[in-house]
Order: sequence, then C-alpha cells, then structure tokens
Amino acid sequence: MSLVRIPPVLRANAGGNKQVEVAGATVGEVLEALIAQYPGLRSQLLTSEGELNRFVNVYLNDQDVRYLQERATPVAAGDTMIILPAMAGGGGPEA
Amino acid sequence: MARSYSEILRDVRASVRQLTPAQTQEILAASPETALVDVRETTEWDQGYIVGAIHVPRGNLESLIEAAVPDRNRPIVLYCAAGARSALAARTLAEMGYANVASMSGGFQQWKTHGLAWRLPPRLTAEQKIRYSRHLLIPEVGAEGQAKLLESKVLLIGAGGLGSPAALYLAAAGVGTLGIIDFDTVDLSNLQRQVIHTTDRIGQKKVDSARQTIRALNPDVTVVGHEEMLDAGNVDRIIAGYDAILDGTDTFETRYILNDAAVAAKIPVVHASVFRFEGQLTVFKPYDGPCYRCLYPSPPPPELAPGCSVAGVLGVVPGIMGLLQTNEVIKLLLGIGDSLAGRLLLFDALDGSFQELRLRRDPACPVCSDAAVEARVAGRPLAVPGFGADVPFVLGASPNGPPPSAASPLAGAAGGRS
Repeated sequence: MSLVRIPPVLRANAGGNKQVEVAGATVGEVLEALIAQYPGLRSQLLTSEGELNRFVNVYLNDQDVRYLQERATPVAAGDTMIILPAMAGGGGPEA
Repeated sequence: MARSYSEILRDVRASVRQLTPAQTQEILAASPETALVDVRETTEWDQGYIVGAIHVPRGNLESLIEAAVPDRNRPIVLYCAAGARSALAARTLAEMGYANVASMSGGFQQWKTHGLAWRLPPRLTAEQKIRYSRHLLIPEVGAEGQAKLLESKVLLIGAGGLGSPAALYLAAAGVGTLGIIDFDTVDLSNLQRQVIHTTDRIGQKKVDSARQTIRALNPDVTVVGHEEMLDAGNVDRIIAGYDAILDGTDTFETRYILNDAAVAAKIPVVHASVFRFEGQLTVFKPYDGPCYRCLYPSPPPPELAPGCSVAGVLGVVPGIMGLLQTNEVIKLLLGIGDSLAGRLLLFDALDGSFQELRLRRDPACPVCSDAAVEARVAGRPLAVPGFGADVPFVLGASPNGPPPSAASPLAGAAGGRS
C-alpha cells in the first residue's frame, strides 16, 4: 500500500480525504485503484485517452513521475504519491 | 625592560609574513577563499577600501574576527593604511591560532599608488544607518547589501493577499522601488488578509492605499503604480527594468503571460499560490530552473482551479506564503543563499508542515528551452498552448463554498487581484 495525498481542490471528489491508502505496483496502477475507489476523480486526473492531464503533476516521493517512468514507475510499499494540479489562488480576489 | 614602538614593530615585522600589494592581488585572484581584512578605523574605511575586503577595525579585532573568519585555517591577508597596524594585528591573529596570516606592506596607500582597484563605500545617510542597522550588522547584507536593496526594483503583481505582506516587508527592508500592478479597489472582504489596506480606505484604489501605507512606513521607497490589467500587449513594457517579480496573481491567463514575458526578459519570478489551508511556492529563475510552463504546460479548466473568492483561504496562509516569497526576492536581490529555483515548497497550515518537491526544466518547453530561445531570437517564437478549458470539469459538491460561477474567471482576468 502506498499513501496518496489528495490536493484540496480534489478532496470533494475523494470523500473529503486528505490522503488515501491505495494498492498498486506502479504509478498507473495506483491511479487506477484510486479512481476505482473515487470515480469522480477520473475526468479530473486523466484525459479521455487515459493519459495524465497536463495541468496535473504526480510526484512519487519528491520526484515528478514524468521524469521517472511516468505511469510505469514502480511504487514500493510506504512510498508517498502527491497529486498536484495547478493552483489558481493568489490570496483572494474579492470577485 | 621598556621597549619602544619602533622596536616592537621591527620585531613583529620580522616574524610576520609580508606581502606587497601586487603579491596580495595575485593571491586574491589565485585563491578566492583568502579573506582580505581591513583593520583600519571606520572613518578611514569610509574614504575607500579594497573591493571584497571585510572591515574589522583593529580596536575590536579579537572580539570580531571569530565571527568574520570562523575558520582558523582560512588564509588571511590584513591591511591598514601603511602596514604597521596590520602587522601588529597579524601577530594577534597568530596568537589566536590563525594558521595562515599575512600583512600587506605599504597598506592601502601603496595599493592606491599602484593603481589597484578600490571603491568608496555605499553612501547611507545617518538616518538610513539607524533604520537599517539590523541589516548592517549581518555580514551577508551590510552596507553594500543595503545599498543594493535601495537601488533594487521589485514588481508586485497585485496588492492582495500575497502582495500585501510582501509590499510591507520589502518596503521595510528598503527596497528602493516597488512597482504595483493592481487596478482594483479596497473591499471589506479583503481586509481579513490584505494587511496593507485599512478599513477607512474601503473603496479607494489599492495602489493608492498601498502607496499611503508604504510611504508612512518608509519614505526611502518609491511606489510606481500600474493601474492596468497585465496583458500580452503591455506586459513587456510594464516588467522592463525590474530586478525581480513577485507573482500574486490568481488567474492563469495573467500567470502565463507573465511567465512568457519574464523568461524572455530574464527576470526571475517568485511564485506562490494559496488555497484554503495550503500554499505552494517556487522561484522561476529564467534558464536556471524550470519556468511555469515547464511545470504546467497548459492551464486547467477554470472549474478545477477556483480562486480564493470561491474556495476561501485562511488569512494567515497568504501572509506566510507572501513573506516566504519576500524572503526569496531579497535573497535574489542580494545574491545570497540558495533560491527555491527547481524546488516547489508546499505548506500545510493544518499539519503545520512543509514539504519540498523537485522541479525540472522541460527540455521541450515552448518558452524556456534552447530551441524556444533560438526560435525567439530568429523572430519565430514557438506556439504555446492557449487558455481555457478543453475538458469539462466540475469542482464537485463542495460543502465549503458555492459552485463556481458560470462565467469563466479568465474572462476579464487581470493581475493584481489576489
């Protein structure tokens, strides 16, 4: 099992959880298992072709998986995965 | 047995290694780790000193040298006006266990006579010496660093949640010119975090309100107001001449426009964004780390990236992140420390934790890659992804806030709101 950190903007679609324990031997498997648990995340994380959206970065421990082996990157038990979409907020427009 | 000054000096000179000014210059060039220490009085230092020298007046030599040169094996060359005091000081340092000490014969007078490089200290007024005294005490800042800050120009994108604390501390630090892009007016709902504004200025332009606070805090600072939206047409003109940019934007359009222009103009952008209890921070230092497009080549649809007006933010979070940005800006201006270029710092206020992620330059980046630079120089810049959504997203049924408005926040997007 590895720990996946859910960014605040996605928590509403992940049962309000800040982090989730997910099984999987690769980054791709962990993401699929996460989406199986919370289907609402699919369209937010993946394109219709199943690729990671370009405005979402995934880090295994502290490394961007795009510079590892992307979805094929092996995940070991106890690893931490961080999902990080681009954040808008600069501190408070009053809108 | 009584001994005269000249007898003592003769003995000391015989026991201390002496270097001519020319030899000193060669040693400084060949081994930059050598500490050049000026032991003259402050009044003499103020008339000029050798570039790169550390000033430790001989009267306080024993008490100050350990802080100035902690490593007793570091080579030291001492100088004074004519070579007598530095020889005496060299003997003192040898007694303190400094292993490699020399004295420059002929002193600063000979150095100047030989036409070697020296400079006048930066001119700080008596009032500035008091105002910035806590900076002047830090060797990494000192009078030279303070003079650099006073000559520096920093552009703040927004006098909002991030920009407010940043503007206050940059002004307090004596950064001489603060540009502020903001066309907004002060609103009651801003005051929970935008601490540069005040209740009695609700309805005033934020640029005017910020200028008023800054002027009251530090009259050394000139505020340049830019009451316009940052867009592709004016960005190059607005950012020209600034040494660093503090990004407090809340819209992706502004952020990408700023990124692309700042990379081309080689101006570092210190970026932060906040959301409820969390913030993230990095430095985009052109060609010395990734740019924003390396990190996120294209923006998310607006529904996935609501601003603080939709999602809310704990007031101290932009305060903390804005000051961390300020810290990075000041480091860049002074040329000290390790910048956050290539590192993304995450802050979680509820956990009270920081985390660091590694960021990399995208070798295929349409803005900062070698190919992109060549194409720009050739007048054929590479195409960059546009703005707006191409995937339908919803924020989800958040119990914490209303759904995002139907109108895209990118429409009418502007800098300076955050």
